[in-house]
Amino acid sequence: MSGLRLDVDFVDYLILAIYFITVLGVGFMARRAIKNSSDFFLSGRSMPAWVTGLAFVSANLGALEIIGMAANGAQYGMMTLHYYWVGAVPAMVFLGIVMMPFYYGSKVRSVPEFLRRRFNNPTHLFNALSFAIAQVLIAGVNLYALALILQALLGWPLWLSIVIGAAIVLSYITLGGLSSAIYNEVLQFFVILAGLIPITIIGLVKVGGWHGLVEKVQASPIGDAALHTFSGTGSTDNPLGANWIGIIFGLGFVLSFGYWTTNFAEVQRALSAKDMSAARRTPIIGAFPKLLIPAVTVIPGLIALVTVQGLGAEDGDLTYNNAIPLLMRDLLPNGVLGVAVTGLVASFMAGMAANVSGFNTVFTYDIWQSYIRKDRPDGYYLRVGRIATIVGVIIGIGTAFIAAGFDNIMNYIQALFSLFNAPLFATFIVGMFWKRMSAWAGFWSLLLGFLASLTLYLGYLGDVFTFNSDLEESFWGAGLAFVTAVVVAIVVTLFTPSKPEDELRGLVYGLAGPSTGVDVIVAADKVWWRNPVLLGTIAVVLAVVLYIPFW
Amino acid sequence: MNRLFDLRAIIGGMFTLYGVIVTILGIFDSPSEIDKAQGVRINLWMGLAMLALGLLMLLWLRLSPPEPVEEQAAEASDREG
Repeated sequence: MSGLRLDVDFVDYLILAIYFITVLGVGFMARRAIKNSSDFFLSGRSMPAWVTGLAFVSANLGALEIIGMAANGAQYGMMTLHYYWVGAVPAMVFLGIVMMPFYYGSKVRSVPEFLRRRFNNPTHLFNALSFAIAQVLIAGVNLYALALILQALLGWPLWLSIVIGAAIVLSYITLGGLSSAIYNEVLQFFVILAGLIPITIIGLVKVGGWHGLVEKVQASPIGDAALHTFSGTGSTDNPLGANWIGIIFGLGFVLSFGYWTTNFAEVQRALSAKDMSAARRTPIIGAFPKLLIPAVTVIPGLIALVTVQGLGAEDGDLTYNNAIPLLMRDLLPNGVLGVAVTGLVASFMAGMAANVSGFNTVFTYDIWQSYIRKDRPDGYYLRVGRIATIVGVIIGIGTAFIAAGFDNIMNYIQALFSLFNAPLFATFIVGMFWKRMSAWAGFWSLLLGFLASLTLYLGYLGDVFTFNSDLEESFWGAGLAFVTAVVVAIVVTLFTPSKPEDELRGLVYGLAGPSTGVDVIVAADKVWWRNPVLLGTIAVVLAVVLYIPFW
Repeated sequence: MNRLFDLRAIIGGMFTLYGVIVTILGIFDSPSEIDKAQGVRINLWMGLAMLALGLLMLLWLRLSPPEPVEEQAAEASDREG
């Protein structure tokens, strides 16, 4: 792996060290502000919208995401933009405008807790357990990926990176809980941008500006198709191998709504906001940076494609996944190089921290407090949360070492847990808008929806079903899960009793509670620039307008 | 959470420091490093940009400090607790 080794010097390490010290400092400072379990798990519901909004987008801006999107940029070209403008922004806006009044207004402390109040304990336990297990395993996957990249770039042994990464995340979350996770995510957002912007600028200078890039991409093997997003999607004869129906409904609707609207590691950021307006603006404020992030991920991917000879190899140093690290090696002088390395490390740690802070909340509130030790004083649960953090990180370290032994295990873990998202969104959306949906309908629609996509996935792995690509399989798997969950929800509701309306107040559309009427959902804030509906509309319009040059 | 510290101070402080370090590096960049960056004085420009971000955050904090009302409420709850 020596081919990727960066020429780092003292100043680069100094920049990395300053970041580590700052991150730990945030943990110590946040600790002084923690007096009860709500401070630890939900930041005492006190955060301003710009902080939670940047943390919201940052929790998703893990290094796997950045490296992966640059790789997609090199492999599929501008069609990668669909992951941002179809596959993220509409769902983020939907979460803020339509779903946040239910989440925040019902005062639930987690996504599983919403399921318990809307449906019943089995639904709650199924979701809480699957979420908690997924989070610690994915934290381990993140940790392993961090170790791999530091081994390639800096020559650190795997175990050293795993231990340092885990120790720092463990320290600042155990100390400062969600507050330090969120503060560090916002800090990380700026560091990542400071690392990616110089790569993009120097890269563009190298290829002769925007026009130079366009000409060179047209002359490359992938050709002009790499510069378009929709024009080749009448059939599947385009770089992504998907038609517009698959892109809009598979990626844009089922996959992305499942991820953005029900993933507690994301929703938790909004629940920590100081009031309803700030909570609703959280994902919408996050949508604006999300619109522009491809400028520093997809474009560097294309730059790597035309400047790095032989990029796109099956294995070795020249795989698509190394697009960003290769550009760092070739283009960045010491100084900004240190910032870029710090940005990568920061994004790994923040991705892991998002998993860990989601895990400790669900474990403590939804598993321990709900089923194992009820009715203890608040300080007891604060302690449980800190211990859960430590245990979660230790399991994550274990996962990282297991992943180091099996090549593809991390892909399987991530694919497996993505199977939980699509039926969850279906269950939520039916449950929020149809008051008759019964308690058991919630449980069975989640379970059978999950089993439907699991069957398809296992059949695909075992060659029983064939698809053009993994991506196509995930479109169909998510679609199948969604349809199954909706059908099961309707059928089971016909045969089981609905919950009394009194128990559903504030949880279901139309059952007035103080927060879920039409008036709240379309309500305007006092000033226009704090109005979620207006801001959300602007974000979606921008997503459409930005497509025009890349049609 | 009460206002024992403010995120703007942390971002402002760290980026001011990064800005100073990278700007100084940029002033003394060797020709070979400028060549590597395709002739762009990237350390100088990014250093100044990070310095500007850091100082803006600190300026924002100065112009609109955390609300004193909340601070009093926090102190009150401190005394009770």
